[in-house]
Amino acid sequence: MSQFEKRVIAAERSNPRFSFKIKSLCYSIKIKNCKFQIRINMDIDIIRKDFSILQKEGSSVYLDSAATSLTPEPVLKAMDEYYRTYRANIHRGLYREAEKASVEYEATRRVIANFIGADSDEIIFTAGATGSSNMLMYAFELTDTFSEGDEVVTTIMEHNAVLLPLQAFAKRKKLNLRYIELGECFELDYDQAEKCITEKTKLVALTLASNVLGTINDVTRVARRAHEVGALVLVDATAAVGHVPVDVKQLDADFLFFSGHKMCGPTGVGVLYGKKSELAKLTPSYLGGGIIEEVTRTDYVLGEQPWSFEAGTPNIAGVIGLKKAVEYLETIGVENIQTHCHETLAYTQQELKKIEGVKIFSSDPVHNIGIVSFTLATVHPHDMAEILGKNGVAVRAGHHCAVPLHTELCIPATTRASIYLYTTKDDVDALIESVKEAQRIFAQA
Amino acid sequence: MQNSEIYKQHILDHYNNPRNKEEMYKPTVSVPAKNASCGDSYILYLAIENKRITQATFSGVGCAVSQAAASLLTEKLTGMDVEEARALIEEDMYAMLGIEISLGRQKCALLLFRGLEEALRNL
Repeated sequence: MSQFEKRVIAAERSNPRFSFKIKSLCYSIKIKNCKFQIRINMDIDIIRKDFSILQKEGSSVYLDSAATSLTPEPVLKAMDEYYRTYRANIHRGLYREAEKASVEYEATRRVIANFIGADSDEIIFTAGATGSSNMLMYAFELTDTFSEGDEVVTTIMEHNAVLLPLQAFAKRKKLNLRYIELGECFELDYDQAEKCITEKTKLVALTLASNVLGTINDVTRVARRAHEVGALVLVDATAAVGHVPVDVKQLDADFLFFSGHKMCGPTGVGVLYGKKSELAKLTPSYLGGGIIEEVTRTDYVLGEQPWSFEAGTPNIAGVIGLKKAVEYLETIGVENIQTHCHETLAYTQQELKKIEGVKIFSSDPVHNIGIVSFTLATVHPHDMAEILGKNGVAVRAGHHCAVPLHTELCIPATTRASIYLYTTKDDVDALIESVKEAQRIFAQA
Repeated sequence: MQNSEIYKQHILDHYNNPRNKEEMYKPTVSVPAKNASCGDSYILYLAIENKRITQATFSGVGCAVSQAAASLLTEKLTGMDVEEARALIEEDMYAMLGIEISLGRQKCALLLFRGLEEALRNL
């Protein structure tokens, strides 16, 4: 499609000359100013059919994808097939099933690498984002890169999955932890970031997208500054992967991690990417079977990376499911998903703003992965979520594992609605109606 | 369960016009009661004379269920013997609220009650 000028126009479609459908995508092509313009629309009805949970009678309007996304049929089928037809451990057996399991497992490494612009041997499978970050912090600790008085920089919008391991690591190694603060419009304060990152900085850990504000951060910009001073860049891409295209080279990340379950994959599986040259400096902090060259009574020699970071029998079905999730997302196109989320989020924000007393904590739709957190003056978020839940609208209330951010915003909690590829305008309308009901209930007394 | 069943008039009344919501000067005992998962945060104050709770108040912020529970509980405690207060159980708190409490809201309903247990333990 590179020969066309591909333009995904956010506004309404005007007089398409020609349109056709392939799988769940609608293409409409017109000629304007001697140029082809292609607009790609996802057919949400077709996409929704892939999610059996959405077909179930009485299932909730699902606006909690930032907590965990739903799982499409092909992913379930891939995992089911492993359990039913070639269940075996990987990397050991010399029989058909074991070989197939190993092939599928290793194929996932290539698919993931390709998905985020990395090489296969830079991909480590973990139990999830939290598993990745803890593992990495302990691996850092075993190096002599960090010494007392060094600085590590993070942002005020981090999730506990990176923040807690980082705080603990900083305490153990007596490092100073500094924060990049918020700007005016729920984005990072990039000017302050420039000053915050100094010659003393050894590590900059930041999220690619906030799981509360939805903000997509300019990681490339922060990474440029970090690399100027020789610091490592660690990116938490958990909320972002599968929502926006992610390329480790473009981001200039030294390390990046994410979970499978927020991108249509199964729970209990995740990825840690490490740039080959940086990974080579690390020693696995987690030891066990399947990672050794040789073992004697007193010592051991570890095998090759990245396998040496995957001690023990991994979540094989999860990894196989993750491969299918990536293939599923790629068929639809992450860019198309991003456009759909932008449009649906813009509508959600617009409708929420019409309700008196609603305060929105969410960046503008274009720089947002599809999350809006809000408060309503008279209704506590927990009461809001309960009223919404009773009406069959699934959202989340609380601090969303980002307490310092809420402290900074001077609010104890928010209600969060999150959008993904299967979210419709009808879903948003159901949310809006219920928010209005909550307002009415609390206006009674 | 409908929304009207949990957000009954008396719950909304205690939420919007909480009783005994004031900090106490020199209480016999005061304890914080927090729910880290949602940010609800209260302090329970008890004034005790001759093994009798002469006054119970609270301060803080939280959802309708936790705030109504705090308001109802402090109403109940004022004038109660310490031993009577010790005999209170979770079901008493639910009975005061008079609404069905789902699993997800149990922490809200019992937040200040847990504070009371802590306060009485420390006496």
